[in-house]
Amino acid sequence: MMDGTNFDDALTGEQKIRNFNINFGPQHPAAHGVLRLVLELDGEIVERCDPHIGLLHRGTEKLMESRTYLQNLPYFDRLDYVAPMNQEHAWCLAIEKLTGVEVPRRASLIRVLYSEIGRILNHLLNVTTQAMDVGALTPPLWGFEEREKLMVFYERACGARLHAAYFRPGGVHQDLPPALIEDIDAWADQFPSTLDDIDGLLTENRIFKQRNADIGVVTEQDILDWGFSGVMVRGSGLAWDLRRAQPYECYDEFDFQIPVGKNGDCYDRYLVRMQEMRESLKIIKQACEKLRIETGDVLARGKLTPPPRAEMKTSMEALIHHFKLYTEGFHVPEGEVYAAVEAPKGEFGVYLVADGTNRPYRAKIRAPGFLHLQAMDYISKGHQLADVSAIIGTMDVVFGEIDR
Amino acid sequence: MSDALNELATHLEVTRPDCIVSTDIAFDELTATVALGSLLGFAEFIKSDHTCRFSTLVDITAVDHVARERRFDMVYHFLSMYQNQRLRVRVEVREEDMVPSLIPVYPAANWFEREVYDMFGILFSGHPDLRRLLTDYGFRGYPLRKDFPTTGYTEVRYDEVQKRVVYEPVSLVQEYRQFDFMSPWEGADYILPGDDKAEAKS
Repeated sequence: MMDGTNFDDALTGEQKIRNFNINFGPQHPAAHGVLRLVLELDGEIVERCDPHIGLLHRGTEKLMESRTYLQNLPYFDRLDYVAPMNQEHAWCLAIEKLTGVEVPRRASLIRVLYSEIGRILNHLLNVTTQAMDVGALTPPLWGFEEREKLMVFYERACGARLHAAYFRPGGVHQDLPPALIEDIDAWADQFPSTLDDIDGLLTENRIFKQRNADIGVVTEQDILDWGFSGVMVRGSGLAWDLRRAQPYECYDEFDFQIPVGKNGDCYDRYLVRMQEMRESLKIIKQACEKLRIETGDVLARGKLTPPPRAEMKTSMEALIHHFKLYTEGFHVPEGEVYAAVEAPKGEFGVYLVADGTNRPYRAKIRAPGFLHLQAMDYISKGHQLADVSAIIGTMDVVFGEIDR
Repeated sequence: MSDALNELATHLEVTRPDCIVSTDIAFDELTATVALGSLLGFAEFIKSDHTCRFSTLVDITAVDHVARERRFDMVYHFLSMYQNQRLRVRVEVREEDMVPSLIPVYPAANWFEREVYDMFGILFSGHPDLRRLLTDYGFRGYPLRKDFPTTGYTEVRYDEVQKRVVYEPVSLVQEYRQFDFMSPWEGADYILPGDDKAEAKS
């Protein structure tokens, strides 16, 4: 009871202390979206933290049951809207696993390239806004400038800055022009200097360190108990990365390191994210190099993908195929499959139950942020109120994917 | 990959024959169907057993098969970071069954079970805080059940006169479009309008 009623049983002044409940959000700049936390405070120490989520619930999984597989793809952009293509990737992998379609090599390389661009997009946003949560204003301004450049690469590949719908079952929608690959490569050359700038602003910054070091420490047992993935795992010293442990696409032929932290606190996770961006740059450089050599189709031609435009002008069958594909859609054979990718935030998975029709019978989206936020009560217990925003920042929650 | 899965499947079948109803490997994924009563014991076993070590709970969800007598499939995904393996556990559940909560073994089950309760109305025994998770405060019905309409039953708007948000029954200008793409000779079970020969066929 925080309204002051029923508060006459105290005998002395000192006893008149009650825990204090506050509402954090749903409209709070440090909540990274529409998060409502009901916090029980003892002074400034957090005693209990009850996240109320679902304010951005759009019923994606229900909607997906009444749409074709292809129509469902754009929903994935709207889950984690910070790195849209990584989500599409999981959906495409699930469908390809069920239908047994082989993705052409060039498409596979493009997917890797854009997944890594997505990773940098995400980490740039996360690192810099987390810095803003703990009081630094400049990093987001610098970070967003680079994000803008990356979104232009998104736009040049598929026409949309955010909601790309670029990865398609069987490949990617369109081929990249050679100039774009050169531009991405050139960008990858200059980006380390920006990273160094952000690094210089934050890494040895006294306030940033005081706000992040030893805050929200995650141990190995916590990781297992709460089902963490991604940076939340690697920040604590476990080199667990699905790109390496269970390679999908063609990640096994790329040379990159998996940075790990040591202490599992917010500061280590920041360092891991910074280093991961540099590793992603390596992959981007390698992918550009391979894309220059590798030419060929970007879509596995077959039932899942549309025929080439030119063919449609002359072939009746191609025209019918195109029409049927975009109205009825393709049928996916019966079965159930779980496909996961190492999204920037952690393991993003899709559990797909197909019943042989053109629509999924059930699709469950497994978002990494969901489990991270769930542990909020556990991790923030005993921290100061001001640390709550630092912890939310470092958990990398985006409500598009948590609320679905 | 599938060799290791075969080994795991036989290991599970040999050591816990009391729990396992059947195992199945498809698309390089192992699915173990488990009886409802032995779910908790089985979860404890795969977490502690040395050849399994499924330390991480990846996902819990349910699938609604309306026509079946045991209506729901509870589907659990486990991951072993040590053995680098995945396991799917499936439990068939009746609508009125209580499913044992996995929270004592995997604390991460908490929100997943709340979500399943929210979306399917499946109850969990031993769950400390089984509130709705994603839907609105005071929501009624279980949206992901197949008999729940995609449009829902109520809609929300801000009322200028009352100066507050009001809930009203859904009114649609146009019927929600659920296209049926099955071609008539491929097994559509309805009669096309104007099909004179429909009766002759059946």
